[in-house]
Amino acid sequence: MTANGKLVEVRDLTTYFPVKKGVFSRTVGYVKAVDGVSFSIERGRTLGLVGESGCGKTTCARTMLRLIEPTGGKVFVNGQDVFGLTPRELRQARRRFQIIFQDPYASLNPRMTIESIVGEGLVVHRIGTRAERRRRVAELLESVGLPAEAAGRYPHEFSGGQRQRIGIARALALEPVFLVCDEPVSALDVSVRAQIVNLLEDLQAKTSMSYLFIAHDLNLVEHISDDVAVMYLGRIVEMAPAEEIYDKPLHPYTRALLAANPVPDPETRRERIILGGDIPNPMNPPGGCYFHPRCALAAGCDGCDRAYPPLMEYSPGHWVACCRPGEAPAAAAPAAALP
Amino acid sequence: MDDDSKVLEVAHLSTYFYTAEGVARAVDDVSFSIRRAKTLALVGESGCGKSVTALSIMRLVSDPPGRIVSGKVLLEGEDLMLLPESRMQSVRGGRIGMVFQEPMTSLNPVFTVGNQIMEAIRVHENASRREARERAIEMMRTVHLPSPEERIDSYPHELSGGQQQRVMIAMALACKPTVLIADEPTTALDVTIQSQILALLEGLREEFRMAVLFITHDLAVVAETAHDVAVMYAGRIAETAEVKALFRKPLHPYTRLLFRSIPRATERRKRLDTIEGQVPSPLHFPPACRFHPRCPLVTERCRAEEPQLREVETGHFAACHRSEEIEGLMK
Repeated sequence: MTANGKLVEVRDLTTYFPVKKGVFSRTVGYVKAVDGVSFSIERGRTLGLVGESGCGKTTCARTMLRLIEPTGGKVFVNGQDVFGLTPRELRQARRRFQIIFQDPYASLNPRMTIESIVGEGLVVHRIGTRAERRRRVAELLESVGLPAEAAGRYPHEFSGGQRQRIGIARALALEPVFLVCDEPVSALDVSVRAQIVNLLEDLQAKTSMSYLFIAHDLNLVEHISDDVAVMYLGRIVEMAPAEEIYDKPLHPYTRALLAANPVPDPETRRERIILGGDIPNPMNPPGGCYFHPRCALAAGCDGCDRAYPPLMEYSPGHWVACCRPGEAPAAAAPAAALP
Repeated sequence: MDDDSKVLEVAHLSTYFYTAEGVARAVDDVSFSIRRAKTLALVGESGCGKSVTALSIMRLVSDPPGRIVSGKVLLEGEDLMLLPESRMQSVRGGRIGMVFQEPMTSLNPVFTVGNQIMEAIRVHENASRREARERAIEMMRTVHLPSPEERIDSYPHELSGGQQQRVMIAMALACKPTVLIADEPTTALDVTIQSQILALLEGLREEFRMAVLFITHDLAVVAETAHDVAVMYAGRIAETAEVKALFRKPLHPYTRLLFRSIPRATERRKRLDTIEGQVPSPLHFPPACRFHPRCPLVTERCRAEEPQLREVETGHFAACHRSEEIEGLMK
């Protein structure tokens, strides 16, 4: 069971996708989309999950909610073992964990009214009478900053930001304790993003939900998260409180990611650490540390090309999977050769 | 030519779309200019007209429903709007190169990347296949594609997103353009790949002394790449200035709010400022000042009279009736 007030606990989660080839769809290999990920989130707190496309952050979140079946590992939400539930129990448990999606245009059924979209969970779980449900939907819409009259309208009548509010209202309908936010603002206009971010923060303050906040915008993750985990090719390479990880990144990948992140201030001309090469094919990751072919520290290290370094607690609360955490790369780093 | 010469000058450009639901004034009386070997960032949100501006410069607006209703586009003094279509074709990809957002959809999947770069060269110049191939390899080297002699025979799907964007840049630069139009060239890429491409574009701009029109919605990218900035809102230029002046002291309330709504490292966990309401649709731009329904400084005058772009401080233009008092009103 979960200990010390941890609302969400993920232990050694793995999700492998078989790769099939040929007429008989023989399995020729596996993509290790999530490969031994562990973390926990306390009540009322936010864990930011960052990484580049294909690193497994969305797969990780979806597996936690059993929208994708896991290959191994355990997930506890509110003390309940999510992977040990029967289908019927799972349906009940889903009231407690919800998700909001990236694309507010694709995630709302265009043929349903807002009332039936937001109220669908209430109907599925047989909560309240029709009149009570109607009142609840009106309340929910109000809590996300939409007029109650919106209930009778259809998704196409709303803008991107408003649709995202509808998606949030739907997620809140069953009073979840844990909310996965999968790139909730990246499809929105800059001027509308802040409205949604503030809304999510207000709702958390009011209900003490825990968030798993997935995003690739590092400035935004820094703003909203208590803790941040960085993923690379299916594994967490570094995890720490937000301030700590942004001020003192230890893993060379985190450093490169932060250095690549543009800063909205033309007065600071930072020195760019430019990471050479591309993300390797996840079906065939490099041996040893997955990052070592792009790593500026790998040249002087004799081990990271053979064994994957384990995630270790470098200082209290600051976890990193690297043989040489925190070391600055030598002046003439090989990774800087490619502009 | 002196260093500050204007290579591309857009004056009073208006492009409207005539649709069944009405006239969309997507670009309305837009003026700006780009200096040689400098980058002008055209910033704005979706539907503000920044991409239509780029297409209008290239005369690629599909007619119907779109029409360039007025304005001049001077490329080194020559008005592109007056050129016959045949000459315009040699300008596109010749003196003006263009890079788009999605490298995957801009490249033709059934031809090798070498073929596509060679085509760009041979359309504009009288080069033999062999010469074109050599030039293509040289261009691929210029954009730092690894082992170009082999990669030249690759198909687009064999390359990663970052490499595809490098191919697009190689094509755009094959004929050494004087102006490069880059429409959200890094939006579809990851941050580490984005920084590679931005560094590449910066190096090439210096090397070829190109003027770059960089279209983006990302203010952080603007801060890193641009020399000058033009902010667009609802089909019009709201503000334009040199990049540091703009970030230091924005003179239009929209720019000011936009800057405040993005999270910054120095103000962790502080509540973000928001802009009320939504970005208007081009079919229903508000009358008078188009920002007035969302503006915290709105007055009667803003609802009645459209503000013109004017020089409020030296080199710093804004289209707002209240730019002079903004520093005191929005601290």
